[in-house]
Amino acid sequence: MIVALIINVIAIGFLVYSFRRSARETFRALKLALMKGLKLAPWMIGIIVLIGIILSFVPPEVIERYLGGEMTVYQVGAAALLGTISMIPNLIALPLAGSLINSGASYTTIAAFLTTLTMVGIVTMPLEIKLLGKKITFWRNLLAFFFAIIIALIIGFLM
Amino acid sequence: MKQETMAGNFKKLVLFLGLTAIILILMRYFFPEQSAVSVEVMKNYSIEIALIFPPVLVLMGLADVWIPEDMVKNYLGKTSGWKGILLSLFLGTLPTGPLFIAFPVAAEMLKKGARISNVVVFLGAWASLKMPQIGVEIQFLGLKFAFYRAMLAFIAVISIALITEKMILRSELNLK
Repeated sequence: MIVALIINVIAIGFLVYSFRRSARETFRALKLALMKGLKLAPWMIGIIVLIGIILSFVPPEVIERYLGGEMTVYQVGAAALLGTISMIPNLIALPLAGSLINSGASYTTIAAFLTTLTMVGIVTMPLEIKLLGKKITFWRNLLAFFFAIIIALIIGFLM
Repeated sequence: MKQETMAGNFKKLVLFLGLTAIILILMRYFFPEQSAVSVEVMKNYSIEIALIFPPVLVLMGLADVWIPEDMVKNYLGKTSGWKGILLSLFLGTLPTGPLFIAFPVAAEMLKKGARISNVVVFLGAWASLKMPQIGVEIQFLGLKFAFYRAMLAFIAVISIALITEKMILRSELNLK
């Protein structure tokens, strides 16, 4: 919530500054913002609905079952895949990860899960393709998945 | 023309809201247990997006009006080098919302002439190096884990960006 407050204050600050420099340009900026907002709103709604549905069928308990306990190669892969398909807000994912570590999960598994969770997104891919093109989306996600596994393995070694 | 697209977009939005309502009703009927959870998740996400997306849009609009293309090219374009990478990293670490909010911003950067690698660095930093996020991570997973992960993510983000750029010819992007 503090984040939301900060960014709103910044936006309002720039808006006031812009308005002082030129009211006309400021209205043009607001119109552009409104146009873009209307164009993107259906995508945002779609993503939110998908996240809600996926999370309700893959609740934290299921994640706990897959990521807890002894580490295996399969588990690290499963963790990376689970992070790829799910979109859990950090404020839920990080405490969950912490409690999993406390109950014996390996740092490697948790690092794989957290990294793909934030960097790779299946649910948001249609929007990413629409805005940035197929190529960037493909390579960015593929490489992020690959690097997530590497990061996880190195962290497991370091911890 | 502009009015037309605006009305069109508005229609699409209404259509999507209708579709969402139908999906939610169907879920409530067929999966009452999951339905409660998903509505809760959707509510939380909607609140976050409603609070964060409008200011991001306003900032994008202002940037569109006030920041000349030359400046973007200069600071984030082909010849921007390490400074361009650092600036993209910095922009990505600023506190904001989930990654998909960053996509329209990244598209705008590309359109105005930023390098592909810088745009991907921006997205990577937004996803995994955001400052408030690292704070929460330290709290729940410890300083050591958070530090190692951030360092490795930093290296990964830059590698991903450079490789992605190598893989793509700019002409293949066909930006709209």
